[in-house]
Amino acid sequence: MTIIIKQMLAVAALSAMVSFAQADTLYDDLGGQQGVANIVDDFITEISFDKNIYPFFKNTDIERLRTKLQEQFCMVSNGPCEYTGDTMEAVHAGMQIDKSQFNRVVELLQNAMTSQGVSYADQNRLIQRLAPMRPAIIHR
Amino acid sequence: MKNSSYLTSVRTMTSVAAGLMMALSTHADGRLIATSGVTQVEGSAGGGLVPWALITGYSEENQTSVSAFHTLTDVQDFRMTVDGIGFSYGNRFELTAAQQRFELKGTAVDIRQEIYGAKYKISGDAIYTSMPQLAAGIQYKRLIDGEIADAVGAKDSDTGTDFYVSATKVHLAALGGYHLLWNATLRATKANQMGLLGYGGDDNNSYKLVPELSALVLLDEGLAVGAEYRYKPDNLSAFKEDRFADVFVAYFPNKNLNLTVAWADLGSIAGSEDQSGLYASITGYFK
Repeated sequence: MTIIIKQMLAVAALSAMVSFAQADTLYDDLGGQQGVANIVDDFITEISFDKNIYPFFKNTDIERLRTKLQEQFCMVSNGPCEYTGDTMEAVHAGMQIDKSQFNRVVELLQNAMTSQGVSYADQNRLIQRLAPMRPAIIHR
Repeated sequence: MKNSSYLTSVRTMTSVAAGLMMALSTHADGRLIATSGVTQVEGSAGGGLVPWALITGYSEENQTSVSAFHTLTDVQDFRMTVDGIGFSYGNRFELTAAQQRFELKGTAVDIRQEIYGAKYKISGDAIYTSMPQLAAGIQYKRLIDGEIADAVGAKDSDTGTDFYVSATKVHLAALGGYHLLWNATLRATKANQMGLLGYGGDDNNSYKLVPELSALVLLDEGLAVGAEYRYKPDNLSAFKEDRFADVFVAYFPNKNLNLTVAWADLGSIAGSEDQSGLYASITGYFK
């Protein structure tokens, strides 16, 4: 009986150590696969209702956009994904996106995350990981 | 009347701003919330005390911004109000005009100073570049009431000019998920108590380089908390001059308004020690 109790205690201790070691990634905090999918859906909706931003997406394959955004957000938030889309330069070439339009899209993403109940701190963390992409996106 | 030159300048600036606004895209909302900074006590964009590298308003490329502000400071023996306007273009340069009105409580002593500011962003973006945003600025100061300055031994009781360079950086999500901003400004000045007691003095009459430092954390719901430390020269043998310091809360409910409240420690002013008290400021940003 004591051997079984000792084994159970050992297993319990080991699982506690493992879960402590695997701290939540930002991906987990965003709600994992479903959470990211919901954020991307809301983000695309926000874009479609913004009269200044929507024109950039008029001819976009929305389903491809949805998948690639999910991959990218998953990857930058340390989720188990690989981004398989085109480079930011290639995607945005010829659009001549200016700094205001870029900032507007940041705000639309923030709106989407707020709708999905993402905390202010986690919103900031995702923005922090995406912000370095700005030079590849604007003025192309 | 001494006020007329100030009013003329304000009218001219306002007409220029209005003309530019009609000529260019006017929806000055191209920046993220709170990236306007607040209005500091001499009228430039920054914290409450220190001019930063941030450009006033929310103008981004091809946009213009016009703003107006009112500030009140109330310490033990003095009260100061500041009124002014600002203009910015393209998140690149700013022009400001302000009038400080400084009263010694319980007396008729009333010192007015006009401050005309210009600031140019040299490089960087506080949020997006790893290098800090860098800007250079001037504050051209004109004492309307220079009698006290003369009486306390200021070398110049008419005009003085400050020059400064600032570096401002926002580290996104750096503090437990909250954005952290720091600013370092280096100012060359001869001004005594920002110019209210004239420029230069009997102890020192050359330009002094003084550092001014700020830090701020951007919280949720448009709130930010910050602290500043501003060194000042000590040119007059008549009176000791200390550093200014404050801790402040800034509120940005939207891109049209900022409210800032601070507890300011202004040190010794014209012989009155330990001057500290409330600072409150409101800035309206118009598109």
